[in-house]
Amino acid sequence: MIKLALFILFLPLFSFVFQIFSFRRFEEKKGEWVSVGIQFVTLILSLVMLGMMLSKSDPNFSLELHQSWLDLGLFKIDLGVYIDNITVIMLVVVAIISSLVHLYSTAYMAGDVRYSRYFGFLGIFTFSMNGIVLANSLFMIYIFWELVGLSSYLLIGHWWEKDSAANAGKKAFITNRIGDIGMFTGMLIIATVLGTFNFQAIAERIHDGVWAANAGMLFGGIEPHKLLTIAGVLVFMGAVGKSAQFPLHVWLPDAMEGPTPVSALIHAATMVAAGVYLTVRIFPFLTADAMATIAFIGGFTAIYAATIAITQNDIKKVLAYSTVSQLGYMVMALGTGAYVAGFFHLVTHAMFKGALFLASGSVIHAMHHSLHHLNDHETDPQDMRNMGGLRTKMPITFGVFMVTTAAISGIPLFSGFLSKDAILAGTWTYAAIVHDGWLAHLHLAWILPVFGFGAAAITAFYMFRLIFMTFYGEAKQPQIFKHIKESPKVMTIPLIVLAILSMFFMFTLPSVNPISDHGWFTTVVQSPESAVTTGPAFDLEHFEHGMHKAHVPAMVTSIFVAGLGILLSVLVYLLNKISAEKLAAKLGALYRGSYNKWYMDEFYINGIIRPFLKGCNAVGRFDLDYYDHYLINGWGRNTKRTSKGVGMADDLIVDGAVNFAGIIFQWLGWTLKFIQTGKIQNYLIFVLIGAALLYVVNVF
Amino acid sequence: MDHLSSYLVLSAILFSLGLYTVITRRNAVAILMGVELILNAANINFVAFSKFVTHNLDGHLMSVFIIMLAAAEAAVALAIVLNLYNDRGHINVDEANALKQ
Amino acid sequence: MADFIFWVIWALIVASAALVAFGNNLIHSVFALMGTFLGVAGIYIFLNADFLAVTQIVVYVGGILVLLVFGIMLTNQISTAQISQSSVQKGLGLVVVLGVAAIILTAVLPHDWVGSTLPMEFTDTVTGIGNLLFTDYLILFEIASVLLLGALIGAATLARKEL
Repeated sequence: MIKLALFILFLPLFSFVFQIFSFRRFEEKKGEWVSVGIQFVTLILSLVMLGMMLSKSDPNFSLELHQSWLDLGLFKIDLGVYIDNITVIMLVVVAIISSLVHLYSTAYMAGDVRYSRYFGFLGIFTFSMNGIVLANSLFMIYIFWELVGLSSYLLIGHWWEKDSAANAGKKAFITNRIGDIGMFTGMLIIATVLGTFNFQAIAERIHDGVWAANAGMLFGGIEPHKLLTIAGVLVFMGAVGKSAQFPLHVWLPDAMEGPTPVSALIHAATMVAAGVYLTVRIFPFLTADAMATIAFIGGFTAIYAATIAITQNDIKKVLAYSTVSQLGYMVMALGTGAYVAGFFHLVTHAMFKGALFLASGSVIHAMHHSLHHLNDHETDPQDMRNMGGLRTKMPITFGVFMVTTAAISGIPLFSGFLSKDAILAGTWTYAAIVHDGWLAHLHLAWILPVFGFGAAAITAFYMFRLIFMTFYGEAKQPQIFKHIKESPKVMTIPLIVLAILSMFFMFTLPSVNPISDHGWFTTVVQSPESAVTTGPAFDLEHFEHGMHKAHVPAMVTSIFVAGLGILLSVLVYLLNKISAEKLAAKLGALYRGSYNKWYMDEFYINGIIRPFLKGCNAVGRFDLDYYDHYLINGWGRNTKRTSKGVGMADDLIVDGAVNFAGIIFQWLGWTLKFIQTGKIQNYLIFVLIGAALLYVVNVF
Repeated sequence: MDHLSSYLVLSAILFSLGLYTVITRRNAVAILMGVELILNAANINFVAFSKFVTHNLDGHLMSVFIIMLAAAEAAVALAIVLNLYNDRGHINVDEANALKQ
Repeated sequence: MADFIFWVIWALIVASAALVAFGNNLIHSVFALMGTFLGVAGIYIFLNADFLAVTQIVVYVGGILVLLVFGIMLTNQISTAQISQSSVQKGLGLVVVLGVAAIILTAVLPHDWVGSTLPMEFTDTVTGIGNLLFTDYLILFEIASVLLLGALIGAATLARKEL
């Protein structure tokens, strides 16, 4: 199984190397079959692993492979591969999405200027993502974490001729860096106290009280439990960056500048889920306070991004904010302790959001071709206001969109319903029974279900808004509409596969109960016990008991709020009973705020970047006007003056002395040159006479 | 023969004769002979002091090295002399005063 | 008897060295030098330096002297056995050398070097020299070997016509 995992890890790297070093030979559309083939091989391998895992059905199954990487005596870093059920499921998810996206891209990216480079970058991304999934230590995860960041940067900026794409790449990279600083600091704190980066070893040592024993001594008498909270939140900062949680979410919507299949693979299904995966990995050593922080950030992100998604007109922007919102859901679930629900939502979301992005790519592709046909380069192919009525022209894409929208909105019979319901039950339970953590202490725990259910209603609303605007109604641009065609098979087949994977039974087999998530998934994925012994932490038994009770009321409420959202959407966008413009005008400031993403980018630019640059300028001016002018130049002037004085002294005294010495020696040379005969024997006699004189002088 | 002074006097005489040869001879090979005399004088002193004063073999070692050095010096010096001869057709040292110009 | 032989050798050395210094015939000088070398070898025997005596004969008489003869023969047109040689600055040289000799003798002779100790009678110096050569004097020995190599190469290089 380890060998299989290593194959899965390194095959995509080979694909990258092949594409990068052979792109001249395989210019245009010739070399992609290598990458696509490799992806399908990894898919088969990971499905084999999944089969092996399911045949065991052991929730505690795990394998680990160590390799010492850096050994500095007291400080050691091991790299290695850790495989448990979660790893295998993640590998399968990555392999499915990645291989389908590869297949899809052969049509979507056909004729692109950097076709083989695109496939190469997809390869290195898949390699790094598998690295994150397989990592056995924080350190190794960090290595691959930066690698996915890099490949994300490269792929967002794939069309770097466009300024907006190049800027989006930079924004994504830099914003992620901010989170990564926190993650790295957290990692170092953990490694300093425990002397290891390995997940298993960290949990064990914390459980055995090493943390309680060492933390205070190493960090100036800080209370160990507090330090563990700090470390947990710091490591979670990495997830905030990568999973686009508030306040570092700003890069993800901009990342939509990348090719749409990339958005599906990286910015919807896998990479952004890496943050959630990291949180899953560090879950056993999160304290109650850290979990409250995580839950709050996740919940706030969920509703915050959902409110923005309502008013966006760009089809990909809507999906991007929806992704942010759903990621917030997962993070909130982990924060509340609904570990299985969080990871479950990660997997189901990967499927339906991947499908949504690929389907939107299909729409954009069709729009693009139609515009191309009309020689129209002004109209935005991604703007939903230019679409409408597409369901007759693109039936397969429409069908997939319907299925996956149903899934994300939490309609029964689809996968999203199960996972979302579990998360909502988790928040419900958290609000009802958990007494630890600052949220509970401030009596704010009820805010999490509010966030959760609110976001669920809004999600249903904006997703159906998207469907109605794109596929229903009259065509808003008849000429464009005329030339719209369904996408080719290599694009629609991945859509259909992912739509099937968004059905509820894919995750509950062998049982087929549409309202219960009981099945293979919940058998192999089970919440770990908290390893924290220093203070209040997650109480598994208590929580699961509560979950059980909260299940039914949460489900009923969630169906109700989703229905509410859909109803409103139908009224506004399908039946036009309520005018969207009037509603917007009535809501005024709220509408403008949502439309402008609550001015978050403006806040960063005006509140942080501009003042910072201003500060830089001020410091620069200070340097130039004062420091340079008075200190440096003044020093120069003084030195010049001093030099002049010293120069005069030199001329008179030192030079005089030197010249005097010169004159003496000149005179001596004139006098003594007559004894230089050039005959060696004469010299010898002089030497002897000299020696004799010395002796005589010495003795007498 | 059992007095150090007899050896010292011998070596002093040998040294002086060698020195005189070095100073006065015009022929470079003859000068080399003078150098050998001087080195022999030094050797006698070393060995004599070794026997009469220090009572160990360090002096002998010095003599061994001096003999070795003399051999090397003779070889190199003769090579130089031959070059001089090839260059000028004679080996008179007092005329080899190009250094003066 | 031994005393007598010692003084005969002593006189031989002084006489032959004087011939080297004052002789007019270069060939005579060279052969006189052989006498000096042999005499010094004899002196070594009186000083119990058997190894040095043998080395003196082998290296000086067998090596250096032959080299010197070669040097003479290669640098003179030999028609007769008479190769005259001349000297310069004889008077000044004599004065200076006598002065130096006087200084040496006045400096060395009055000093009591020996004190009350008896002269050391070495029986076998070869073992001792060998031991010292490879222990205390090892570095010197190695340097000497490098020096000899250098001299060998240097002499060969210098002696080539097309320098």
